[in-house]
Amino acid sequence: MLLPIIITFLLAFVMLLFKPQKMARFFKFISVIPLLLFLYLLSYLPAVHYGAKSVFFKNEWIPSLGISLDFKIDGLSMLFSLMITGIGTLIYLYAAEYLKKDENIHRFYCYLTLFMGAMLGVVLSDNLITLFVFWELTSISSYFLIGYNTNEEDSRKSALWALSLTGLGGFLMLASFSLIGMVSGTYSINELLTQPGILVNNEYYYIIISLLFAGAFTKSAQFPFHFWLPGAMKAPTPVSAYLHSATMVKAGIYLLARFSPILSGDEVWNYTLMIVGGVTMVIGALLSVFHKDMKGLLAYTTISALGIIVFLLGIGTETAYYAACTFILVHALYKATLFLVTGIVDHETHTRDLSVLRGLGKVMPLVAIAAFIAALSSAGIPLTFGFLSKELFYGVTTGNIWTRESVFILTGIILLTNVFLTSAGFLAGIRPFFGKLPQEFKKIHKPNIFLWLPPVVLSFLTLLFGVLPAIVDQTVINAATSAVFGKSTDIYLSLWHGVNVVLLLSIITIVLGTVLYFTIKPSNKNEGRLKGLDDFSPQTLISNIAVGIRLFAFKYTRFFHNGYLRIYILIIILFFTGIVGYKLFADVPLRVNTEGLSEFRIYEFIVFVITMIAIYIITNTTSRLTSIAALGVVGYSICLIFVFYGAPDLAMTQFAIDTLTVVLFVLVLFKLPPFLKFSNGKIQFRDGIISVSFGILISLITLQALVSPADKSVSKFYADNAYVMAKGKNVVNVILVDYRGFDTMIETIVLSIAAIGVYSILKYKTQDGEKSE
Amino acid sequence: MERNRNNEKLDKTILRTSTNYLLPLLILFSIFLLIRGHYLPGGGFIGGLIASIAFVLHSFAYSPMQTLRMFSIKPFFLIPTGLLVSFLSGLLPVVLGRSFMTGVWFAESVVVIGAFGSALLFDLGVYMVVVGVVLTILFTISENT
Repeated sequence: MLLPIIITFLLAFVMLLFKPQKMARFFKFISVIPLLLFLYLLSYLPAVHYGAKSVFFKNEWIPSLGISLDFKIDGLSMLFSLMITGIGTLIYLYAAEYLKKDENIHRFYCYLTLFMGAMLGVVLSDNLITLFVFWELTSISSYFLIGYNTNEEDSRKSALWALSLTGLGGFLMLASFSLIGMVSGTYSINELLTQPGILVNNEYYYIIISLLFAGAFTKSAQFPFHFWLPGAMKAPTPVSAYLHSATMVKAGIYLLARFSPILSGDEVWNYTLMIVGGVTMVIGALLSVFHKDMKGLLAYTTISALGIIVFLLGIGTETAYYAACTFILVHALYKATLFLVTGIVDHETHTRDLSVLRGLGKVMPLVAIAAFIAALSSAGIPLTFGFLSKELFYGVTTGNIWTRESVFILTGIILLTNVFLTSAGFLAGIRPFFGKLPQEFKKIHKPNIFLWLPPVVLSFLTLLFGVLPAIVDQTVINAATSAVFGKSTDIYLSLWHGVNVVLLLSIITIVLGTVLYFTIKPSNKNEGRLKGLDDFSPQTLISNIAVGIRLFAFKYTRFFHNGYLRIYILIIILFFTGIVGYKLFADVPLRVNTEGLSEFRIYEFIVFVITMIAIYIITNTTSRLTSIAALGVVGYSICLIFVFYGAPDLAMTQFAIDTLTVVLFVLVLFKLPPFLKFSNGKIQFRDGIISVSFGILISLITLQALVSPADKSVSKFYADNAYVMAKGKNVVNVILVDYRGFDTMIETIVLSIAAIGVYSILKYKTQDGEKSE
Repeated sequence: MERNRNNEKLDKTILRTSTNYLLPLLILFSIFLLIRGHYLPGGGFIGGLIASIAFVLHSFAYSPMQTLRMFSIKPFFLIPTGLLVSFLSGLLPVVLGRSFMTGVWFAESVVVIGAFGSALLFDLGVYMVVVGVVLTILFTISENT
């Protein structure tokens, strides 16, 4: 499994070699990649079939830290990875046509492929740390996808929102994973499954689950973090279709489902999920119908659907898990269809305004049929796949484990949600295609096959699974449920449960939803009303906090970074002197042992005199160049001291560095005017005191270091082993290139970054100057 | 004006002549330092610094533009090249089935160098990065001030 994922990542970068526009026709062939992955995964279906079984791929990575690249395919992973690659294939086809004229289409495919690889990694990883790495990769690659229209400010902003929220969530999730690793001693999900009690009964349990929730809720757009999802609609429609039906937002769901058998022992787990999921599904559904932008509407129904899944996972019974797994697939199918249809409508008519779009069915009948089926599925009309999942919801909430009151409450909110979702589905999937075709849309051209085929395929599957649920349910859904439930399950989907309460509730939903559909007319007025709510929305709150933090950071930085180098140095030295001086006088018995010192030799005295003269010149000269040269003299004197005391390496380096520093200073200062203002006596006095006390402190520390016994075990180890292990006689160099070679490599990277920094700052300034001239 | 320029040329004659001899010598010396680093004082970092000093000297004697002209590729590109060399030297043992950055030795007790192995390649990378960084910074500053 490792190889296909690595190849996917590598192929992502190969995309960059394609030339957009010229080779636009060939981009649709890239969909072979997800298709092959889909077929590859499908080949494991018999192995995970009927739950409980799973396929394990072992790959070592950093065994000493318990981090591995182990992958595991069980029912749940299978369900998600098939959705990712299957819907992915259609998206790849669709996007090639949708973005045909885009000049950055090769980048788009690079991001999309990276994203798909990362998503597969998330759902297939068995190791928590690896899962986290892939999780972050989905956040980063989705950032590029959401912000794909880089010249629109809105688009960049929403991408940043999505990235910061999911990034924050990911960070907290990592904390949760570390705690899990600390408590249980393993990062392997497979091993955690074998010892479920260990986490639930631990004192850190509540911290672990709250951090985990933070990760899942931000990713899956749960209230109050839901607002990044509508913002992410700024992305090209194929991206929205992919991210919000089958992938990105489902990652949070996956996480919760994955951890259900491990962590769901406590009521807090269940209630939190039920409350958060419940609030999200109601709010999402209520807000959805008031939007007149098709994508905006679909965004809120997506939030609501995610809420439903979280809610079901929270209920945590066998049927609830079954309903959740079914609905994940149902939702992916109909939501992807609706998004793709929206994309087609947008592509052909250049608007997504529901108050204008009417009668398009006459122009694009196939698209209309696909949308119609998707809308029916979202409403839960019999013979569509959605009907089966809706039956399951009501089966869960009217189940016999609840008290009478909770049956009413739970059924009530899920009924309310479903009514609104039904009418929202009708608004997006039916309304644009019926009624009278406006004059302006009469001449639009018909969508290309690559545009209409994907939604038609998806809606065909919606119908197929609706009529013959056995195809999916006995293969994937059952296995997925077993993985979430932790035991094998024997529930199966059936078309007809007989006339009972559940069927009655389904009928009520459809009737009320249809009534609502005819009452609500998409208009600006409704959207205006929603705007009023913005002041109280979590987004406003969070962005206010963000503004506050930025303001504080700005003021704080301005206070310390006021632009005067001399002040920086002053602050650093003062701080250092204060802290270290305090520590030295408070905690260390000062003892100066003069006996161990070597004799004072004549050439040391000469060096000392030279240094003093140079320092005198530095402080008294009126020329910049003279002071720089004098500084160089001080540096060379220090080199000499190194030479006297047997540190040729240090001396050489110091010598070279000093030369270069002087040259650098000269280059910069050469063109500056001579000193204009000199500091007055007061400031000189202040600086003098500070530098003298700093000097005294350093001398004291040095003398003190000579007295206290040093731990020589480390240096002895290096000295003893440099030749034995690394075949080098120069211990310093062996440490640099061998023992701590990794540090050196990172230091060279830091150096390179510094060079790039200098280069870009100076070049940028020049260009700026040119502009102003 | 004309006289000034002549003067400048005269002023620099000695410097330029000596630079013409010093530049190759310094660079040879820097390479010497680089390769003997494993046994005796020296190494990639110091070698790189000495080499950059050689070029800086040249740019003083002539002009930064003339120094840059000696490079067929910009010194800037030495940075990624050096990083790559270092990285590949670390990757070499991985290819041979050992973990990242384990020392690999090709020959032992070579004159001056001592043992010749991946560590020297690594140091070569450091050398290139240092030359690239120093020259990029110096030339960018001298071009732009």
